[in-house]
Amino acid sequence: MSAKAKKRKENTSAEPKVKITVKELKRQKVLLFWSAIIVIYGFIFYYLPLGGWVMAFQNYKPAKGLLHSEFVGLDKFKRLFSDETFLRVIRNTLAMGIINLVATFVMAILFAILLNEIRQRRTKKVIQTVSYLPHFLSWIIVTGILHDVLSGTGIVNEVLMNLHLIDKSIDFFAHPSYFWPIVAFANVWKETGWNAIIYLSAITAIDPSLYEAAAIDGAGRMKKILHVTLPGIKPTIIILLLMNVGNVLNAGFEIQYLLGNGLVQSVSQTIDIYVLKWGISQGDYSIGTAAGIFKSIVSIILIVIANQIAKRNGEERLY
Amino acid sequence: MENNVKRKKKKTSAADMAFIIFNSLFMILFVAITLYPVLNTLAISFNDGTDALRGGIYLWPRKFTLKNYTTVLQKNNLITGAYITVARTVIGTASALIVNAILAFIVSQKRFLFRRQLSLFWVVTMYVNGGLIPNFLLLKGLHLTNSFWVYVIPGMVSAFNMLVIRTYMNGLPESLVESAQLDGAGYTTIFLKIVSPLCKPVYATVALFVAVGQWNSWFDAMLYNRMSEQYTTLQYELMKLLSSVTNQGASAESMKNAVGAVTPTSVRAAATIITMLPIICIYPFLQKYFVTGLTLGGVKE
Repeated sequence: MSAKAKKRKENTSAEPKVKITVKELKRQKVLLFWSAIIVIYGFIFYYLPLGGWVMAFQNYKPAKGLLHSEFVGLDKFKRLFSDETFLRVIRNTLAMGIINLVATFVMAILFAILLNEIRQRRTKKVIQTVSYLPHFLSWIIVTGILHDVLSGTGIVNEVLMNLHLIDKSIDFFAHPSYFWPIVAFANVWKETGWNAIIYLSAITAIDPSLYEAAAIDGAGRMKKILHVTLPGIKPTIIILLLMNVGNVLNAGFEIQYLLGNGLVQSVSQTIDIYVLKWGISQGDYSIGTAAGIFKSIVSIILIVIANQIAKRNGEERLY
Repeated sequence: MENNVKRKKKKTSAADMAFIIFNSLFMILFVAITLYPVLNTLAISFNDGTDALRGGIYLWPRKFTLKNYTTVLQKNNLITGAYITVARTVIGTASALIVNAILAFIVSQKRFLFRRQLSLFWVVTMYVNGGLIPNFLLLKGLHLTNSFWVYVIPGMVSAFNMLVIRTYMNGLPESLVESAQLDGAGYTTIFLKIVSPLCKPVYATVALFVAVGQWNSWFDAMLYNRMSEQYTTLQYELMKLLSSVTNQGASAESMKNAVGAVTPTSVRAAATIITMLPIICIYPFLQKYFVTGLTLGGVKE
């Protein structure tokens, strides 16, 4: 290939305009074949279930099927929003979603910054390796561990007793007021090290000369963190925050399901648990689907808003 | 410059000293809080069950025994669960990796006619999905419930993993693919012989993500295979052990009646250790892969 031809190719390779012609279709038949298979698969497993949303507007009876069940319009949604349990469930989901988001964010940033200040490379490496560990454990294991640690004879009660802060062991899982903090703590415990990965790599990208300049100006460790490190990772913080806003309602299933019990269910039940309870256990598919749709729509609205904010701030778009 | 370094070395200000002390304390506390629960479970798993009920076991067993482990290894459903978990991890990871790699390769081909449409088709699935009940009914309709394949087939493609691989492929030098094309290589050859060998690091990353997800998942076993004990998984069996412990309450009385030296708590501790052991042994060696993967995706999951 001549140099000229090569250059032309490079120029066009950014966004080549390839016309759909029989020749081109033939040339790409392998790609077309595989993408067709993958699209069919995707249609069945990812798009077909969306058709099930019809159930939310029906009095769905499995015996009658989707086509012959009676249409009831928005009845199911009306019932949903007049159900006090559902309103409480929305509150729980939102509250835990926001508390977890804030807690895990603050801890991950704090941990990343402080770890970066450790000068001994080996120590740093060891701490970081330890910090990833909980991310790889399942929620089953984490809740099991929480039960041990917070039980009547567990370490937390013992420490509190030895410090004379309490004189009788606390049954942490029997009081609604402890539930949200426990869930937040579990999330922080599990994900701090993992979430810090991105911040640590953002910190390494900060120009070292900025630190040198700050040192010449007489800045100590704290000042450097506040005036160099934090501003340096601010874009990363903002983009991750926005990206996670859309997930606020998704933050509640496994741990709440596994840790919840009759005594705390007024604060532990989330939208997903409500769907599972009504849909699968009680067999009311319509009301369960309606609750699921509500969650999806709120999530999508949150994502669109977050994306708009990101665009306005000149950040990279999220999608 | 040299002057500067000297000055820094010579003196640590009082404020910096305080900072270093605070930071060290923070890190010690962090490591302790992270590791203690795991080490405590390990100690309990090697301790006599009835003895453990008295409490006061921290990092070392008081009355050493292997009974908890032998009990676990004699439980048939746990053994079945272990087989199924290994099978779903291996098969599920391999198939997800292959499909995501093929998809990423197609989408990374700049000349591909439906590149944008195909990308969009999958990116949409990251944000919109039918939800629990429609999915449940679909899988039931397809006769995937009460079967092993429900662990493998439904979640095979993940737009996130596809994007991670695609980003990596886009970073490969284009001239490699072009010169192969000039030599007359077709897409299959390019994918298998040229692109894939270069993508080993990102394949490892995605394989790790998928494998951990497969190993740790329990909800699908509960939802779809509750009635088929032959397809139970390790995590689901662990969950049943956990709820049997919590349902009996922490009342030591009921557990003192437990047969022999094992109690539900001690058996659960042993099962927990067995379940987490493979991952704990593997992950420290794969650090560089998941760090790359997270930075590539720019997203966390």
